[in-house]
Amino acid sequence: MDTDQLIKTLAADNAHRARPVGFALMLALMAAAPVSLLMFFTELGIRPDVMTAMRNPFFDLKFAVTLALAIAAIAVSLHLSRPEASLRGFGWLLLIPAGLLTAGIGGEMMMPQRVPMMTRLMGNNSRMCMTAIPLLSLPILAGALIGLRHGAPARPALAGAIAGMLSAGLAATLYASHCTDDSPLFVATWYTLSTALVTAIGALAGSKLLRF
Amino acid sequence: MREREDEWTGLMRSAISGESTAYHRLLKAVTPVLRAAARRGLTRAGQPVDQSEDIVQDILLAVHLKRHTWDVSAPFAPWLFAIARNKLIDALRRRGRRVFVNIDDFAEVLPGEAPVETASAGEVAAQLASLPARQRDVLQSIAVESASIKDTAAKLAMSEGAVRVALHRGLTSLTAKLREQ
Repeated sequence: MDTDQLIKTLAADNAHRARPVGFALMLALMAAAPVSLLMFFTELGIRPDVMTAMRNPFFDLKFAVTLALAIAAIAVSLHLSRPEASLRGFGWLLLIPAGLLTAGIGGEMMMPQRVPMMTRLMGNNSRMCMTAIPLLSLPILAGALIGLRHGAPARPALAGAIAGMLSAGLAATLYASHCTDDSPLFVATWYTLSTALVTAIGALAGSKLLRF
Repeated sequence: MREREDEWTGLMRSAISGESTAYHRLLKAVTPVLRAAARRGLTRAGQPVDQSEDIVQDILLAVHLKRHTWDVSAPFAPWLFAIARNKLIDALRRRGRRVFVNIDDFAEVLPGEAPVETASAGEVAAQLASLPARQRDVLQSIAVESASIKDTAAKLAMSEGAVRVALHRGLTSLTAKLREQ
């Protein structure tokens, strides 16, 4: 087939309209979410004292941090799905969750504490946290990558890494309602480590799957 | 230069709103620029330039299948060159070289550069043979025999809708095969 013939063929297909990447990503996430929800409710479930916990600002802060991460990563993912886009101008969005967490740590430092700092940091559920967040995020990560394949990222590994953050953010939102460790020090340590793991998986998968 | 790129943007906007003739004109207009850049990239990587047409076709397919990622309110050229650069780097890497491609390679066609005639391209044609029969027949009819969608439908005893679907699927699987080879 010579190039003129190819051009003619592409023009004949001009009527085909692809859906925007945002739409594909939303559909894929909606398809993946029930899997993670099922895993969460069969294996973990919401902590029994949730009504009391909600009155603790540090419990609520966990959701602010994880949701800020998820939403920022969704915005950055969609931006990076355009081939001419770079992180410049958008990367700072990912600093919002880190900023919230830092403010939380500062807030906790200023309050009188019964438990020593290292004990709060180590918590009681670090191993569960490091297992549950990555496992809960895998179905979401798969969905996110399927949705983002619709785009054309110039740097597939970077786009995959952000997809990893997105899925870790959503998975951590679920996990946060189960976990009884509310100290921002715990979140900053173990949630961050889990997120880093999922981000690395996302980068690896993205470098293969998000090439176009 | 500026005028040319504004013209591309205008043509692409018309194409998106459904004008196939504008789309055809746009693809025709960008092809020589892509070809010149592909040849320059190959030369710099010490590769024979006779493979440039495979790269051009690869870029055109990606432009077609990813055009929904172009923001209609933005100029078209930066988007096009980003796609082209990505595909050129991929192609050179596949041929075993790690090279840096300068974005300016696309932006300028050097003055005295002789226009290059369409060279032969083998990769798309080779992958065409491995497509499912339906898709291959439809692509063959439209590309090689220059039949319209309507004529193709009549000839293959398919509905026009089915021809459109087979055409789009065929282009998508061609692109996937080129990427995986």
